[in-house]
Amino acid sequence: MQKAKAIELDIAVVDGVELNGSWNRMFEPRVISEYDLSVLDSITQIPGAESLGYCYQCGKCTGVCPVDTVGDYSPRKVFRRTQLGISLIDSPDLWLCTTCRNCLRVCPKEVNMINIMPAVREQAVLEGKAPDELLTAFENTARYGNPIGESPRKRADWTKNAGVAVPIMSQRKAPVDVLWFVECYPSYHPRGKEASSALARVFDALSVDYGILGTEEKCAGDSQRMAGERGLFEMLAEHNIKMLSKYTFNQLVVTDPHAYNAFLHEYPKMGGEWPVQHYTQFLAERLNQVHFVKALNKRVTFHDPCYLGRHNGEYEAPRALLAALPGIDLVEMGHCRETSYCCGGGGGGMWMDSFTRDYASERLSERRVKEAIEYGAEILAVSCPYEVPRFEDAVKSTGHDGELQVMDIAELMAYCMGLNEALVLH
Amino acid sequence: MRLAVLLKTVPDLVEELALDEDARTLLFDEMSYVPSEWDDQALEEALIIKEESGAEVTVIAVDTGDVDTMLFTALAKGADYAVKIVGDFDAAMSNWQKARVVADYLGRGDFDAVLSGVQAIDDVDGQLPGLVAGFLGWPHASVITEVRVAGGSHLQLRQEYAGGLVAELETVTPIVVGVQAARKPPRYASVAKVRQVAKSATIDEVEADVAEARLAGVEYVRPVAAGHAEMIEGDIDEVVDRIVAILEERNLLRRA
Repeated sequence: MQKAKAIELDIAVVDGVELNGSWNRMFEPRVISEYDLSVLDSITQIPGAESLGYCYQCGKCTGVCPVDTVGDYSPRKVFRRTQLGISLIDSPDLWLCTTCRNCLRVCPKEVNMINIMPAVREQAVLEGKAPDELLTAFENTARYGNPIGESPRKRADWTKNAGVAVPIMSQRKAPVDVLWFVECYPSYHPRGKEASSALARVFDALSVDYGILGTEEKCAGDSQRMAGERGLFEMLAEHNIKMLSKYTFNQLVVTDPHAYNAFLHEYPKMGGEWPVQHYTQFLAERLNQVHFVKALNKRVTFHDPCYLGRHNGEYEAPRALLAALPGIDLVEMGHCRETSYCCGGGGGGMWMDSFTRDYASERLSERRVKEAIEYGAEILAVSCPYEVPRFEDAVKSTGHDGELQVMDIAELMAYCMGLNEALVLH
Repeated sequence: MRLAVLLKTVPDLVEELALDEDARTLLFDEMSYVPSEWDDQALEEALIIKEESGAEVTVIAVDTGDVDTMLFTALAKGADYAVKIVGDFDAAMSNWQKARVVADYLGRGDFDAVLSGVQAIDDVDGQLPGLVAGFLGWPHASVITEVRVAGGSHLQLRQEYAGGLVAELETVTPIVVGVQAARKPPRYASVAKVRQVAKSATIDEVEADVAEARLAGVEYVRPVAAGHAEMIEGDIDEVVDRIVAILEERNLLRRA
């Protein structure tokens, strides 16, 4: 039997406070910790997954993990099972994390699932142990530049029905102020396209000097990276950086918080560094130019996207836009801002609904929709392209069809600015 | 056991087929191409045989466009060698012509079995495995769902028939096998691995001459729709009533 090593983190810094753990470090293994740690070691030896070994089983993560509320998964449980010899690579646990980052927010030992999950998943993908539906999304992305498997030639087709001219960089042949990185679901998903059209109308009304890449754009790839396909992410990033580098622009504006995360933290490492804003941030700075002509007169609640809020600290911009809408009755749900729930789409969850169904009592999106209903909301406002399809499905599957509308903030703005006749175009 | 797997690309049906409506021809240069999915099954079956009995797998493609990524992906999945047959070829090359150049190459080697997808979406002038077997004068079995080495120079094949019948066949080698499906879904090769293989591995290029095609497509036209589906409108009760009415009209519903 191998003796336990002192593997815990020496000092953790939580919210700027240094927590020195040396006073209670374990120097002599106790009988209770005399496990065969070879399986845990095999995981913590994977670069990026080291911090799994820091866990001291306090369980704070379990209290905030959205997946644990619908199933039997939390980072603490992942550590414990691995410690007992169940390999994470072979366990369904590996695919249930949505990388929502709520555990890291409360973890006193800095066990970082945001690094652990992609690292261990990459190993599992190499060993052929990933769910088939996830691999299909990877193959689609590699082949078509989008996880849905749609034609790359049709990536800009949504612009034909946008109602305003949407400039495409390859045709415009002139520098622009803003390069709008549209992303996949806003380019192809029926409801995503409607939100894109709404945002195009808002840009047009504000005389934003902008352009899109059109068919030269491919998926930003951040969720594929979090789901364990780093090579695919790098291929996509190289392509997008090459295409963006052809053009002159002052800043990027992205529709998708996952793309925002990639452009903020990952693309610069590969030589693609541009100032980037989420569209809510860009519009919040221009609220004084916005002319509203219609009142919403609805009770609205807002779901913070994990990759805009917890990952990148932006909670105010979407709220500033919503608060400015005439006639809005904005109500916060219990889970909001830092403690926001998760729609279940992040970290590859978007492409594993059939897989996760076997391990969860309900979808995270269903739980979130029930919360919005509890607060009497008539509209669930969102600002991430994963969320409209996920929450709209959840509204139907929880039997609340007709009670709650799921709307992108861009759609609500376009409506109150008199740019969209109806709330939803279809 | 030396196995050859024939791979080819076919028009990608995610895109519209590029059809010149006036000239009634397919614009082969304007379409994008993807590996034929049945060939993927054949490759998977060959890789399973390799894992079971240590066979050596060579993937072969005719250079009708960009086939390198397809070959590198096969190497990343576990194939041992990749061969590209090059010459004055283009995407419009017929299956008969492809079979001719592939058979010439295979006839010079000492392969024990050739596996390929039993069919492909562009089988306008016949399916590749049968044509190759014909040129080589080798036995051929098609619609195969399992290939196992039966010791010595024999193979055991599992063949599917209509009506749910399955046959177990034993055959001598060399043989050409048209694979319907592998025993397991085709494996995934990670992008990082494919890119690493593309940097380190080499594709053997073999030159060949193309024979004149025997069959030429006269015209390509879109199928004419004979009828349309009826979209049933209305609320749930109206829709249910209409469905019941349709079933009754066609004598498909008997009321107790």
